[in-house]
Amino acid sequence: MGRVLMKGTEAIAEAAIQAGCKYFFGYPITPQNEIPEYMSAHLPEVGGVYVQAESEVASINMVLGGGATGYRVMTSSSSPGISLMSEGISYIAGCEIPAVIVNVMRAGPGLGGILPGQADYLQATKGGGNGDYNLIVLAPSTLQECVDLTQLAFDLAQKYRNPVMVAADGFMGQMMEAVEIKPSPTKDQPADPTWALGFMEERGGKRSHLHSLFLAPEPLEEHNRKLQKKYGAMKAAEQRCECYHMEDAELLIAAYGTTARISRSAVNNLRAEGLKVGMIRPVTLWPYPYDAFKTIPSTVKNILVAEMNAGQMVDDVKVATGCRYPVSFYGRTGGFAPSVKEIEDECRRILAL
Amino acid sequence: MAKGRIEVLEQYCKSCGLCVAACPVKVLRISEKTNAKGYRPVEQFKEGCIGCAMCATTCPDAAIEVFKIQE
Amino acid sequence: MSEVKVYERPKSWMPNVSSHYCPGCGHGIAHRLVCEVIDELGIQNDTIGVAPVGCAAMIYDYMDTDYCEAPHGRAPAVATGLKTVRPDKIVYTYQGDGDLASIGMGEIVHAANRGQNITVIFINNAIYGMTGGQMAPTTLLGQKATTCPLGRDAKVNGYPIRVSEMLATLPAPGYITRVTVAQPKYIIKAKQAIKKAFQNQVEGKGFSLVEVLSSCPTNWGMRPVEAFDWLISSMMPYYPLGDFKDFD
Ligand SMILES: Cc1ncc(C[n+]2csc(CCOP(=O)(O)OP(=O)(O)O)c2C)c(N)n1
Ligand code: SF4
Ligand code: SF4
Ligand code: SF4
Ligand SMILES: [Mg+2]
Repeated sequence: MGRVLMKGTEAIAEAAIQAGCKYFFGYPITPQNEIPEYMSAHLPEVGGVYVQAESEVASINMVLGGGATGYRVMTSSSSPGISLMSEGISYIAGCEIPAVIVNVMRAGPGLGGILPGQADYLQATKGGGNGDYNLIVLAPSTLQECVDLTQLAFDLAQKYRNPVMVAADGFMGQMMEAVEIKPSPTKDQPADPTWALGFMEERGGKRSHLHSLFLAPEPLEEHNRKLQKKYGAMKAAEQRCECYHMEDAELLIAAYGTTARISRSAVNNLRAEGLKVGMIRPVTLWPYPYDAFKTIPSTVKNILVAEMNAGQMVDDVKVATGCRYPVSFYGRTGGFAPSVKEIEDECRRILAL
Repeated sequence: MAKGRIEVLEQYCKSCGLCVAACPVKVLRISEKTNAKGYRPVEQFKEGCIGCAMCATTCPDAAIEVFKIQE
Repeated sequence: MSEVKVYERPKSWMPNVSSHYCPGCGHGIAHRLVCEVIDELGIQNDTIGVAPVGCAAMIYDYMDTDYCEAPHGRAPAVATGLKTVRPDKIVYTYQGDGDLASIGMGEIVHAANRGQNITVIFINNAIYGMTGGQMAPTTLLGQKATTCPLGRDAKVNGYPIRVSEMLATLPAPGYITRVTVAQPKYIIKAKQAIKKAFQNQVEGKGFSLVEVLSSCPTNWGMRPVEAFDWLISSMMPYYPLGDFKDFD
């Protein structure tokens, strides 16, 4: 397959199929409906199964059960649906089950609107569900990245036996762009019979049981230690970040997803005017790319965080930079994205300070 | 009358008395001994077990094994 | 003279463990029956259980098969996921009445309505056992519980739900039956029903649910034998035993 023009949601769905995902469980919600629709049409062609669940509560628990077999399964939803999934995500993390969850974020809170948003940043990166757990959170800013990160999500989920979220937003989901979707090299990766359910015979009669319940404090703390060790390994190995024109920048924009796309245009325009503006773009929202923030050059005087929310990433940027820079914020909510001009104006304002 | 015999796996018995009530010939009772968990395991206190396995059928802790004696 | 063993501990019952259940609790009997059926059908290595949240949350400590935990009430969804990916395995849930008929009512109705080829063992003890005896959706009218200390009042709490009858109105589920573990004669029938519910799945027939009227001596405030007597005199008239649906 060469490059083809596709809608973001459909590109994500096809990428998942090409990554060997044969089982999809989901519930309709705008703006991601094309993913379940695509899956219901195309999974049967590869011997897979699409199940329309009765709710997001059910779909995430179908993912829990499906993932417990060690094979590649996924669900997708949008913000209010992800809220409903939070309990299941916490259990999936606690039971150490691989799973891929796509969140095509819309504006909130509550029912909010169906227009794009990035206001689930904190929910995705800091919790959502109960307990000490972490998701790997991947934030694409082009449709090719939607494809590549969706495929990566399956690899990381299996590698760490952990849920991985692709945090796209409504713009990513609904825009069209040329993408190339290749079969992932790990497409046919078999389930790992050492832990996956359904392989008791292969284990010589030794059973496997997946649970997050440990009633006594010692084994529960032990379980938590094990999980924290794993999250530590993820932090060490899985940070991903793009630094764009950072080398001599005086002002650095920190942005991800659609806002990073817009910020890139702003950087290009401002650079054409001779203004030294760059961008640092976290691709993994968790683990947060602290290492990349450590490479910020001494030329930088200010950081501007741009998001489609009320400033949810600001604290992470402050922590990642040890509060060494003044950090300002520009964001839109309600379904709006900041325009290129709005970001340029904000940059000019800061540079003139 | 058929003849039988039971073996109580005393470590699992919780003295619930369900088997005592279920035995059609009333040969079971809660004993005076105590097991490791502090329960008094059930015992057969007189002859007459018919090997019907009603006691085992009702035991929530699978603490009774039953044998039938064939002449 | 020779001896034959007519009853022994089931093979799929975890060796050398003692359950955490209170003395005389019906959960133990139901567990044992499931183990006996798994042994008789020879499916131990092919069975995947889904545990509930309730007193039976640690059922995997007693049953030597693959097991998966589910959040409270979500076992039918977890089982759907397992069975979708592994249709070659025998997948069953074991759920209490709070788990299945209250918080998880949505999941059980839709799994039944899809005719999902799974087996559901539903333990109706008319109470929330694990959390200490609160009112369940199945608590009888007039029955006292810690959250209806004067007895369940239909005006305030609604009526106890007859899950089997309700699910039997759906076209998809194949086998729905109610049994009890109150006395040996009922236990023998309960085992036949459980066996049939697993056999149906082995044969690919579709959704089977066995509702088991069970006891909670601790939270009912009764001795084990007395609890089963109360079950027979009070629960059985409201929850009649029998098949509500059968494939054949
Ligand atoms: C989401 C959630 N809500 C509440 C609880 C607390 N809880 C644990 S067990 C239980 C009731 C279980 O009752 P039932 O399903 O009837 O099982 P039993 O203990 O009677 O066998 C509840 C409410 C929980 N664990 N999770
Ligand atoms: S086998 Fe029958 S007769 Fe013998 S002790 Fe058990 S219940 Fe009683
Ligand atoms: S039924 Fe089982 S646990 Fe109860 S008293 Fe008899 S042997 Fe002991
Ligand atoms: S609380 Fe009730 S249901 Fe739970 S183990 Fe004790 S008797 Fe059984
Ligand atoms: Mg109950």
